[in-house]
Amino acid sequence: MSAILSVKGLKAFYGPVEALHGVDFEVEDGGVTALLGANGAGKTTTLRAISAMIRREGEIAFRGQPLRARNPEDVARLGVAHVPDGRGTFTDLTVEENLRLGAYTRRDRMGVRDDFERVFGYFPRLRERIKQQAGTLSGGEQQMLAIARALLLKPSLLLLDEPSFGLAPLIVTEIFRILRAINEGEKVSILLVEQNAHLALELATHAYLLETGEVVTGGPASALRADDSIRRAYLGY
Amino acid sequence: MVEFLHQLSSGLALGGVYAITALALVMIFQATQLVNFAQGEMAMFSTYVAWQLLQSGWSYWAAFAVTVVASFLGGVLIERVIVRPFANAPVLASVIVFIGLGFIFNALAGFLFGFSVQSFDTPFDGRPWFGNKFMSAHESGSVLVSLIVLALVFAFFRFTPLGLAMRAAAQNPASARLVGVRVGWMLALGWGLAAAIGAVAGMMAAPIVYLDPNMMSGLLLYAFAGAVLGGIDNPWGAVMGGYTVGIVENLLGAYVVGQEVKLSVALVIIVGVLVVRPQGLFGRRIVARV
Repeated sequence: MSAILSVKGLKAFYGPVEALHGVDFEVEDGGVTALLGANGAGKTTTLRAISAMIRREGEIAFRGQPLRARNPEDVARLGVAHVPDGRGTFTDLTVEENLRLGAYTRRDRMGVRDDFERVFGYFPRLRERIKQQAGTLSGGEQQMLAIARALLLKPSLLLLDEPSFGLAPLIVTEIFRILRAINEGEKVSILLVEQNAHLALELATHAYLLETGEVVTGGPASALRADDSIRRAYLGY
Repeated sequence: MVEFLHQLSSGLALGGVYAITALALVMIFQATQLVNFAQGEMAMFSTYVAWQLLQSGWSYWAAFAVTVVASFLGGVLIERVIVRPFANAPVLASVIVFIGLGFIFNALAGFLFGFSVQSFDTPFDGRPWFGNKFMSAHESGSVLVSLIVLALVFAFFRFTPLGLAMRAAAQNPASARLVGVRVGWMLALGWGLAAAIGAVAGMMAAPIVYLDPNMMSGLLLYAFAGAVLGGIDNPWGAVMGGYTVGIVENLLGAYVVGQEVKLSVALVIIVGVLVVRPQGLFGRRIVARV
């Protein structure tokens, strides 16, 4: 497969503490790759390291080029949109202002206007709430807003940190249906971090399993799903 | 009655100066949760720059414009060079840096321009406006200027992409970076704007309080009282608080406590608000679970 993102020997640090001990994985161009694992395995840390939110070492190649960006704003400007854990909502701003911030780095006004329409196609509820203060949205709506904001960056790679977290099952199903549509319709590659392995493996084409800052195993999602011992030991279903 | 209206309107004129100074304080507070104690001295120094230009024969509005732009650049520079290195330092370290910065500007102004009190020109001299008996032309003019500054600042934050990015950076810096906002520059820009607003405040105040290196020390206290009264995390509140303090201070000074001790009115307001309603009239109460 051709990789849009390839990570080799990635180490990441919180202050002096090493949280990732050399992680290797790839994100297939146009596919959905999932990072699975328990609490504290280093999934969120991996996304933060890619976005340069924390100190990191190792090789990260994005579209075949070494990712030299030293800070999160430069990574975003390269077309990597990160939906952080906790959704990163600008709670005091309106829904519209949140979305406009998503398109902050873009200069193609017409394209932005079209993309507003496109994300409202995916998330009609956001159009209804356009003038509402974002902090007053429900958890599911805030997750939709976070994904919509990321899409307005016109990314080629979307980093999603636990989009199912704290949401009702029906909303989660809807969000994952939309993620599939985005991946297929927009040709956006996705790197998905999830605790809900069952859900993630249904959407993902490839998956890697993290444990205490290291990759335990990885491969096509179907293979991980089929491997009973892995499933029972790590995925818990 | 005429005397009362006269006091009211001069309170309004100084209140405008307090309001925009309070706005400058709030702007930096919202982004950093810190009060820039050097705000007043920076404004005073800007006013001296304008005075120097006027002394060299510049026309008023040319000096005004150059001073505002120079103050903006100076504010950006101060943030990048002096404030930035303390971004992750404890609060107390930053506070001391701000206080030190204030002393430096105070001493520098005395050293460069002298410690004696200077008069400062106003562009609004001549007859009172619209036959207004209660307000001098300068007072009317400075009310107008403060309103224009407020309108421009609010329009900037409300309607421009850069203003939106600055609000986002102040509110949720981590998330702002992830959409590509250069948060560091937004902070520098905030300092630049605060310095530019301070320069306008200084130039409007100087014809009333006269120009000397300590002209802003009392004024900053009133502005701070205004910001605390309105709610230091709320720009509208701070502006309303600034006007209120201007009027209250002038009326109390004229009728109740006398001119000599009216500065203590500001302290009474600050302490009173912090005791009775710490979030201010329009501020938001922050409840934290510990």
